[in-house]
Amino acid sequence: MIRVILPPNLRSLAHIEGEVGLELNGTLTQRSLLDAVEAKYPMLRGTMRDHVTQVRRPMVRYFACGEDLSHESPDTPLPDAIANGAEPFLIIGAIAGG
Amino acid sequence: MSNVRVLVGTRKGAFILTSDGARKRWKVSGPHFAGWEIYHLKGSPVNPDRIYASQTSAWFGQIIQRSDDGGKNWSTPGSSPEELQSSNGMPKGESNKFVYDTSPGTGKPITTHQWYDGTQHPWEFKRVWHLEPSLHDPDHVYAGVEDAAIFESKDAGKSWHELAGLRGSDTGPKWQPGAGGMCLHTILLDSKNPQRIFVAISAAGAFRTNDSGKTWKPINSGLHSEYIPDPNAEVGHCVHRIAMHPSRPNTLFMQKHWDVMRSDDAGDSWREVSGNLPSDFGFPIDVHAHEPETIYVVPIKSDSEHYPPSGRLRVYRSRTGGNEWEGLTKGLPQRNCYVNVLRDAMSVDSLEPCGVYFGTTGGQVYASMDAGDKWKPIVRDLPAVLSVEVQTLQ
Repeated sequence: MIRVILPPNLRSLAHIEGEVGLELNGTLTQRSLLDAVEAKYPMLRGTMRDHVTQVRRPMVRYFACGEDLSHESPDTPLPDAIANGAEPFLIIGAIAGG
Repeated sequence: MSNVRVLVGTRKGAFILTSDGARKRWKVSGPHFAGWEIYHLKGSPVNPDRIYASQTSAWFGQIIQRSDDGGKNWSTPGSSPEELQSSNGMPKGESNKFVYDTSPGTGKPITTHQWYDGTQHPWEFKRVWHLEPSLHDPDHVYAGVEDAAIFESKDAGKSWHELAGLRGSDTGPKWQPGAGGMCLHTILLDSKNPQRIFVAISAAGAFRTNDSGKTWKPINSGLHSEYIPDPNAEVGHCVHRIAMHPSRPNTLFMQKHWDVMRSDDAGDSWREVSGNLPSDFGFPIDVHAHEPETIYVVPIKSDSEHYPPSGRLRVYRSRTGGNEWEGLTKGLPQRNCYVNVLRDAMSVDSLEPCGVYFGTTGGQVYASMDAGDKWKPIVRDLPAVLSVEVQTLQ
């Protein structure tokens, strides 16, 4: 089970409590993971990446296994620990103000 | 007996205030969408329990929410289980998809507008400022957006399409953002002519369509703005708000960046009616529900202060359609008050006597149940109020 943790604002928007669990076949990438999240929760389309260009929104970042993957290609395979569910894929709102 | 529902959009969520027709005791529900900026909520005049809301965030973009039970429950249109996927299996989720029309067949859409420094800048969608449900169909709703454009949905908010003739008019490259961004903040629907719509853009001016949004004409003749290179330019004026009484759609009232204006020919020409106002700068302007010549403004000190003159919060009322104004102070703070009242944060009910409501950046919503003579806060200490809409329910 692939595990995804969304920021609180998106969890409330999608009426999600806790982590999102996904079952996906094939090579896991940012793109396939986000496609699956949006397919399961269509109200999240446009909130993490642009509707048309699919480019990550400027104040959203992706982390996995302690690494910032925000600037990686969306088609780069994600770490095995994400694919096998040992670690969650984190989608977070950038820290801005406080 | 009638009831009143006040829809309040704030920097950190939406609140819904309800009362019976006496308007003495108010129940507050919320925050809805806690933590999100709610620029505007508005109910359908055909089905008042159908309410649309603009939920937005610098982080996560634009969300449209809809309630079909008067604000008790909300959903993003088109995201119910039976609507999750289109016929080809792809997820829909297009209720928050606002994409400018770039097709050549619908209004020659332009791609740039004037930036603060005078250079041209690409149009970039940021948020929905204002939602205006149709007067005839609860599934039909218009959205005024930043960067300025008008969209419409005919499927209750599930999908949105730009009325590109407005942005595609040949004046677009001269539009520029005001301090709040380049926003289309006002949409007025003509109750006597369904094809006629008025909009206002900061800082471009007012525009009118007579053909349901296919073509648009700037209607800014008579506006004079010292702060732009040509004070009498066809476009470029920072119009903060326009208002209309439904029974007299040819008469429009305008709160401009400076100057309160009036038109009696559907915007073809304007004349100043600021009269004896202590400041003719402000944001909202509204019209009494039963007296088309009674109008309200909230004078604000500017250019940069944006708080009431002398720290005294006063609504000004004219019973003569402008020029002669009286300050209304009973129940409003008359010392050390430095809040602002934003352009979409005033509304009226249609009871007798007419109720007038406005929200402040200090989080108060003030109401007068006697057309402005006396005021009291019906809620206070909310987040900064962005918008106030009132529904009179039978």
